[in-house]
Amino acid sequence: MYEHDVIVVGAGGAGLRAAVAAHEAGADVAMVTKLHPVRSHTGAAEGGINAALQEGDDWELHAYDTMKGSDYLGDAPAVETLAQDAPEETINLEHWGMPFSREEDGTVSQRPFGGLSYPRTTYAGAETGHHLLHTMYEQVVKRGIQVYDEWYVMDLATTDEDDPNDRECHGVVAYDVQSGQIEGFKANNGVVLATGGPGQAFDHTTNAVSCTGDGQAMAYRAGVPLEDMEFIQFHPTSLPSTGVLISEGVRGEGGILYNNEGERFMFEHGYANNSGELASRDVVARAELTEVNEGRGVDDEYVHLDMRHLGEERIMDRLENILHLAEDFEGVDGLIEPMPVKPGQHYAMGGIEVDENGQTCIDGLYAAGECACVSVHGGNRLGGNALPELIVFGRRAGYHAAGGDLGEAEIRTGYGDDVEDETDTEFPVAPGAAGLETSGGVAADGGVTADAEGVLERRVETARERVDGLIDKDDGIQHSEIRAKLQQAMTDYVNVFRTEDGVKKALEIIRECREEYQDVYVDDPSRTFNTDLQQTIETRNLIDVAETIALGALVRDEFRGAHWRKEHQERKDDEWLKHTLVSWDDGEPSIFYRPVILEGESKTYEPKERSY
Amino acid sequence: MSTQQAEPDTQEAPEDPAMKGAESPAAEKQKGGDMVDERDESQAEFDGETVHIKVFRYDPEVAEKQEPRFDDFHVPFEKGMTVLDSVMYARDEYDSSLTFRHSCRQAVCGSDAFFVNGKQRLGCKTQISDLEQPIRIEPLPHQEVVKDLVVDMDHFYDQMHAVEPYFKSEDTPDASKLEEQRQSRENREKVKMSTRCIWCASCMSSCNIAAGDNEYLGPAAINKAYKFAMDDREEEDIKEHRLRILEQEHGVWRCQTQFSCTEVCPKDIPLTEHIQELKREAVKKNLKFW
Repeated sequence: MYEHDVIVVGAGGAGLRAAVAAHEAGADVAMVTKLHPVRSHTGAAEGGINAALQEGDDWELHAYDTMKGSDYLGDAPAVETLAQDAPEETINLEHWGMPFSREEDGTVSQRPFGGLSYPRTTYAGAETGHHLLHTMYEQVVKRGIQVYDEWYVMDLATTDEDDPNDRECHGVVAYDVQSGQIEGFKANNGVVLATGGPGQAFDHTTNAVSCTGDGQAMAYRAGVPLEDMEFIQFHPTSLPSTGVLISEGVRGEGGILYNNEGERFMFEHGYANNSGELASRDVVARAELTEVNEGRGVDDEYVHLDMRHLGEERIMDRLENILHLAEDFEGVDGLIEPMPVKPGQHYAMGGIEVDENGQTCIDGLYAAGECACVSVHGGNRLGGNALPELIVFGRRAGYHAAGGDLGEAEIRTGYGDDVEDETDTEFPVAPGAAGLETSGGVAADGGVTADAEGVLERRVETARERVDGLIDKDDGIQHSEIRAKLQQAMTDYVNVFRTEDGVKKALEIIRECREEYQDVYVDDPSRTFNTDLQQTIETRNLIDVAETIALGALVRDEFRGAHWRKEHQERKDDEWLKHTLVSWDDGEPSIFYRPVILEGESKTYEPKERSY
Repeated sequence: MSTQQAEPDTQEAPEDPAMKGAESPAAEKQKGGDMVDERDESQAEFDGETVHIKVFRYDPEVAEKQEPRFDDFHVPFEKGMTVLDSVMYARDEYDSSLTFRHSCRQAVCGSDAFFVNGKQRLGCKTQISDLEQPIRIEPLPHQEVVKDLVVDMDHFYDQMHAVEPYFKSEDTPDASKLEEQRQSRENREKVKMSTRCIWCASCMSSCNIAAGDNEYLGPAAINKAYKFAMDDREEEDIKEHRLRILEQEHGVWRCQTQFSCTEVCPKDIPLTEHIQELKREAVKKNLKFW
C-alpha cells in the first residue's frame, strides 16, 4: 500500500495544476495516471486561454460572455470564480516559462474568439494546450512530485453509508499497467479526480482514445451525482476517418462548405443566411448532418470543406498546419481537392458534480477539469474557456484537498432539500446495474464501520478478484464488440440531433451492452502491459457514463445550448433553469434537479436570447 | 526511401529488398482476412482492398511469445488509413492481445512511435498508402521491449529530467499584479521549434551515439535544454549552469552530426542544428569540453 496526503488521479492540465497547488500548500502529493503526463489530451487543445488581462477588459465581461454562452445554465459563483482567477493563473503559466505568442512590446498575445466581447484568448501558436501541458509537467518535475505513471486507477476507496453525503474517500485502487500489480493508494487528506472527458462514448470524436470517462464513472458509482451530462459539444469540422479536428480558422479565412451537389448549403438551403459557414458550431453541425440525412452528403457520410480558392500563398501563410493534418490523417491534399469533414464529439460540458472549491458531496473526494461540472460551461462551452477551467479549478481543488482554506462554497452538492425529484419521464428500460454485477462496480457492499485502511484493503481485494475473474474467464464476449456497439448507438441516437424515440432506443442498446458485459472476458492472459484488460475496464466506465448522457438527453425536453430536441425547439426558462443530476443509487439510478444559480457577487444574470 | 539507421540489436534490417515478402516460417501465424495477392505490392499497383502488416510480437510472460516473432495481419483498407489505424483494427478484430501505446491519434501525445519499414515514425501520422507492403511494424530499436510494440521509456524520461527541464528564474514579477516577463518576438521565434517536442523518443532511437553510450543525454533532452538556454527570460547565471550540464562528458560533444534524429523527428525540429548551436555557445562561454 502506498500512502500520501493527496492523490491526484490523471495528469493533464487540471491534475498537474492540482498537484502543484497541493504541494505548495505543504502536502505530500502523488499523481496516479494511466498515461505518462505529457501524453494527456490537454496537449491537443489548440485555441487558447480566456483571461481578462488587458486594460479595457474586465473579469466581469468575461463572466458575462461565459454566462451568455452557457445559455444561462452556468452557476454564477463558478463562472465568476473562473473569470476572476483566470488572469493570475495565466500569468503564473508565463512565469513558469510557457512560450506564449508575443506582441511587439514583449507582452503576451491575445486574440478574438467566438462569443467573446473582448479579444482575451491568450495563446501559444495553435498549440496552446501542448505548451500548457508541458509547462505544467515541468513544474511537477521541478518540485519532485511523485508520479506513478502508467498506473490505471480502477476504483475509489469510499465508505458505503446509505446516504452518499455521509461517505468518505480514503484513497484509490490502481494497477501498474507494466506489471499488472494491483495496489491501494491511501490518501490521508483527499483524492482529486482529473481524468478528462468521456469522448470515447461516441463513435466519432476529436477526443483521444484514453478519454473514457473513468473518473466520472468511478465517482458516479461511489455515489456522486453526474451533472448536466446531456450537454455535449459537437465540432462541425472533424476529419471523417480519425476525428482529427480541422480548426474553425479555415472557415474564418473563407473556407466554404459544399454538399455532394456542389451547393453552398449554408446559404442555399437557408441554414444561416447571414453568417453562412461562420454560424455557431451547433448550427453548422446540424446543417451538415441534415445535408447527409437528406441524401446530399458525400459518400452518405460527410460534406466538403473547400479552401482551394484561397490560393496556395494564403493557405501556406495562415493555414499550413491544416494541409499537414489533411495530408497526414486523411491522405487529402487541401491545395488540390476539398477536404472531407463531419461533426465530431468534442467536449463534455457536464461531469462530476462539484462546488467552486472542487469538492464533491463525498468527503475527501474532489474533481477538476473536463471530468468535473462546477458548472462553468452550462449548456455550451465557449472556445478558450476549457484551459482556464483546468488551471483555475485544478488549483482550487488541489489547494483545498491539501487543507487550504478557500472559504465556504456557495454551490451545493449531493442530494438535499434544495433539489427536485424527476417524476414524469417514462424510461424504456430500467437503467443501472445489470444482474449481480460480478464484473465489478457496485459501491455499497457493507462494512461501514471499517477504518481507512480497512476500506482500502477491501477495495483492493475486490479489484484483484475482478481482474482475476476477467483474465481467468476463457470465453464470452470481448469488450471491443460491446464498445463499438455502444459508440454506434450514441452517435446514431444521442448525437447532434436527438429525438425522444432515438434516445429511448439508445437506452435500450445501452441496456443490452450492460447485459452483454456480464459475459465479458479478457483474452490476453498476460499480466504484462495488458491493454486488453485496461480497455475492458474502461468499456464498463463508458457504459455507465453513456447511460447518464442518454438519461439527461431524455428528461430534458427543451432546446438549450448544445442540447437539441426535435419535439422541443424552444428554450424553456420557466421549467429548465436547473441542472440535471443523475445519481447511481447503488445500481438503481435516480434523477433529480438543482436550480441554476444566476445571482452573482454584485448582479443577477437575467436570461436573454442567445444570439450573436 | 531507405535511410541509414543504426542497426537494431536483435532485428534484421527491414529495408533490404530481398526481405520484402519473405516471411520467416517460424514467425508465421495467419490471422484475419484473406491472404493478400502477393504480386508486386508497390504503391502504384496497390489494389486498395486489404493491407498486409507484419507486427513484432513478444511477451515475456506468455510461453508462445517469449521468442520474438512477427505476426501477419490483413486488414481492410480505407482511404486515409494510418499505420495506427491498421494495428488498432488488427487488435480489435483479430487479436486483442496485440499491444501498443496510443492515445490522441493526432501526433501530439507522442505515444505511438514505431519502427515502420525500417524507420522511426509515428503510427498515427503515417499513411498506409505511402508504404510498401508488407508493412513491418516493430518497436523502437535501442530500447528494451516490454511487450509487442511497447518499449521501456524510463531511460528516455531519465535523460529528459537530467537537463533540469524547468524554468528556473526566481526573479519573476508579481503575478497578482498581472505582470508578465517580457519576451521579444524574435526570442520566442528562436525557441519555437524546440518547444514542439512531443517526447516520442524517435530521435533517441535513431541515434547511433545514444545506442553506444547509454549515458548520452540524447537529442530530445538536449533540445529540451536548448529551449531554456536560449530563452531570454532566464538570467545569465542560470544559462551558464545549463551549459555546464550540456558540455559534460555525455552531453553535446558526443553528437557527431549524423542528422538521423533530425530526419526522423515527426515535428520537424532541427535537432542537430540545436545541438550544434549549443556547442558554439559552450565554446563562447569558454567552457572546457571533452
